Amino acid sequence: MQADLTTNPNLTTPPPPLQVESLVKRFGQTTAVKGVSLAVRGGECLGLLGPNGAGKSTLIRSIVGRVIPDAGRVAVFGSPASSTAARMALGWVPQELAIYPRISCRENLGSFGRYYGLSGGKLAEAIAWCLQWAALEDRSADLAGNLSGGMKRRLNMAAGMLHRPKIVLFDEPTVGVDPQSRNRIFEMIESLRTAGTAIIYTTHYMEEAERLCDRIAIIDHGCIIASGTRDELIQSAFGTRTQVQARFAGAPEAISAWTARHRGRLADATAEFTIEHSSDIAALLDDASKAGLELVDVSLRRPNLESVFLHLTGRELRD
Amino acid sequence: MIFPIARTALIALRRDRGAFVLSFVLPIAFFSIFAVIFGGQHDSTPKIKVILVDEDQSEASRQLIKGLQSESSLVILTRPAAKSKTAPAPADYTAATAEAAVKAGDAPVALVVPPGFGRNPIAFGPDEDQSSIQLLNDASDTIAPQMVTGLLQKAAMTAMPAVMAEQGMNYADKYVGGFTPQQRTLMASSLASLRKVQADSTSTHSGSANGGIIAVHSRAVVGENKRNPTVSFYAAAIGVMFLLFTASGSAGALLDEAESGTLERVLSTRVTMTKLLAGKLVFNTLLAFVQLVAMFLWGWAVFKLDFFNHLPGFVVMGICTAFAVAAFGMLLASLCRTRAQLGALSTLVILIMSSVGGSMFPRFLMPEAMQKAGLLTINAWAIDGFTKVFWRDLPVKDLWPQVCVLLAIGAVLFTVARRVARRWEYA
Repeated sequence: MQADLTTNPNLTTPPPPLQVESLVKRFGQTTAVKGVSLAVRGGECLGLLGPNGAGKSTLIRSIVGRVIPDAGRVAVFGSPASSTAARMALGWVPQELAIYPRISCRENLGSFGRYYGLSGGKLAEAIAWCLQWAALEDRSADLAGNLSGGMKRRLNMAAGMLHRPKIVLFDEPTVGVDPQSRNRIFEMIESLRTAGTAIIYTTHYMEEAERLCDRIAIIDHGCIIASGTRDELIQSAFGTRTQVQARFAGAPEAISAWTARHRGRLADATAEFTIEHSSDIAALLDDASKAGLELVDVSLRRPNLESVFLHLTGRELRD
Repeated sequence: MIFPIARTALIALRRDRGAFVLSFVLPIAFFSIFAVIFGGQHDSTPKIKVILVDEDQSEASRQLIKGLQSESSLVILTRPAAKSKTAPAPADYTAATAEAAVKAGDAPVALVVPPGFGRNPIAFGPDEDQSSIQLLNDASDTIAPQMVTGLLQKAAMTAMPAVMAEQGMNYADKYVGGFTPQQRTLMASSLASLRKVQADSTSTHSGSANGGIIAVHSRAVVGENKRNPTVSFYAAAIGVMFLLFTASGSAGALLDEAESGTLERVLSTRVTMTKLLAGKLVFNTLLAFVQLVAMFLWGWAVFKLDFFNHLPGFVVMGICTAFAVAAFGMLLASLCRTRAQLGALSTLVILIMSSVGGSMFPRFLMPEAMQKAGLLTINAWAIDGFTKVFWRDLPVKDLWPQVCVLLAIGAVLFTVARRVARRWEYA
C-alpha cells in the first residue's frame, strides 16, 4: 500500500499547513522514525494510529521542533519547524500534563500566553477563549494541581491554544481520562476542526481515530504502513470480505490445525478469519464439525481499523 | 514484620544512590575539613599578622622588635607589601597608616612603640614614667590581641635581658641604698658583655610570658563603637549558606519542569533555552536578595545591627552575592538529572563551601592553606564584602574586589549552566 501522504508541489498554490518529507530520526542504534512523509490540509484531522513505541510521539516532537531529525524536512506553511513563524503557527498538546500544578488555571494560561508573545487585551481575550473552550471558566481560579484528571487534560489542551494556532498536534490527549471527560475532549477537537484548524491526532485507540479523523495513517516501527480514510483502509486490506470469529470447545491441537487450514488466526481459543460471502460460513462450520470441534459461538462483523492493523502487522494495536 | 520493613528501607536506600553516597561521603568530608582546620594546627598554625611601628628607634625598642620577629606564630609587617616586584618598596608604616591598615583588615593587630619607650621600657609595677606601647586591634578578632600582648611580654623577658638587668640594677640602686663606684663599674662591664652576647645571639630563649612588665595600651580601632559586633558577621555568614540552599532548591524547579514535560512545552513556544535560564536566574537572584534584606532587617530589629547606615554597601554586596548564588543554583540544577540528585549534591557542595568559606567558622582562625582554599568559595567573598561594609565601615568603592569576583563567579557559573542545559534543548 502507498504510504506517502505528501502533496505534490505546485508553484501556483500556497504551501500546505504542514508537510513532512522523508523524516528520519535515530536514537543511538534505534531508528524511531524511518522516512515518514505526510501532509495535512486546513480543516483536516489526520489521525496517527499506532501502538505504544511506534514512533508517533517522536514524529510529533520533530514537527514542533523539539527533535532534530537526522534526515528529511518539516515545513509549516513553508517555514522550517524551528522557525518563529512555524512555532506561532503550531500548537502542541503533549502527552504529559505539561502545566504548572501550583498556580491557577488562569495563571497557567497567562504564563503560556506570554511565552507566545501575547500581552494586554490580546492575552486576556485568549485566556477567556481558552477557558470557555475547555469549559474551565468556573474553575479558572483553582490551582491546576487540584483539578480532576479530565480537567487537567483540558487545561493541558488549552495551554497549547492561546496563540490560536492554525495547526494543532494532539499527542494522545485522552490518556487516563474517564469516558465523560473523553467526550468533552472530542467536542473540543471537533470544534477546532469545524473552525478550519488543521489537526494531527495521535492515539492507539481505534475508536477515537474513527470518530475524529478524516484520514488515518497507521504507523508501526517508525513507518507509515497504510493511510487513507477509514473506509479506504478497510477496503484496501479486506476488500468486501467479512470477518468471522468462531469459538470452539475441543482439543487445542485440533482447533489450531483447523484454524491454520483455513488461513485464520487463533487468539484465546477464538479463530478469526475472513470470508468473501456470508454463505461461505456454512461450509466452514461443517468442516469444523467434521474435524471434531464443537462450536460454542460464532459472529460476523465488518473489519475495523483494529482488523486492518492486525492484518498489516500481525499484532494487536494495543500490544 | 519489623525485619521486612527494615529490609525495604535498605533496598530503597541502595536504589537512591545520591542519598546512599551522601550518607557516607558527607560525614567523612566534614570530618576531614574540620580535622584540617582544628587538628592539623601543629604543622600549620595560623600565624597572626602584626604591624609594627617603631617611633622610638632606641636599642630597647629594636631588641623588642627583634624578639617579636623571632616568634614563629607572628608575621611582623613593618611596611605595606609592594604592589609589584618591580615597584619601589613602600614607606614604613606610621602610627596613622598602621591604624588605617588595621581598619582595612590588612592585619588584626598593630603595635606602635612610642618615642621615649627606650628610656624606661619595663616596669615591675606601676610607673608613671613608663611609655605605653599602643596596641591597635580589630575587635572582630578576639584572639589575636591577647596573643600578641602575651608574646610582647615574653619578648621583653627573653629578648631584652640586658635591659631587664639594667632596670633591675636601677631598682636596686634606688631602693637598696645605692651602689659603690666600683660596683657600678663592674655592673656596666657585665651589661656590656650581656649586650654583646645578646647581639651575637640569633635565637631566643624560651620562657613563660609573665605579663605586665611592658605597659601596653590596647585600643580597638575597628568595631569599638559596635553595639553587637558579631551580628553582621553571622548575618552574612549564615545568610550566604542558606541562600545557597534556597537557590539550589529554587533552581530545582527546572528539574520538575523537565520531568513533567513543561520545560519541553515552554521551549516549543517563542522562549529559547537562554531566555528561559536567564528568566530563572533573574527570579532566583531577586529571591536571594529579598532573603538577604529580610535577614539583615531582622538583625537590625532584634540585634541592633546598624543596617540603614550601610544601605549602599549592603545593596551592592547583596545584589552581587544574590547573583552569584543564583547562578550557582542554576549550575547545580542543570548538572543533576533528578531532584534527589540535586538534594544530595547541593547538600554536599554547600556544606563544604560553607565550612571552608567561613560560614561556620571564621576564616582568620583557620590555617593559611585553608584560608586560601576558602577564596574558591562564594561564601568567603560574600562574607569579606559584608564585613567591609558593616564591620570596617569602608566605602562602596572599596568593595570592588568582592564585587568583581562575585560577578565573575556568577557569569562563569551561568555560562557553564547554559552549556550543560543543552541536553534539554533538543533530542
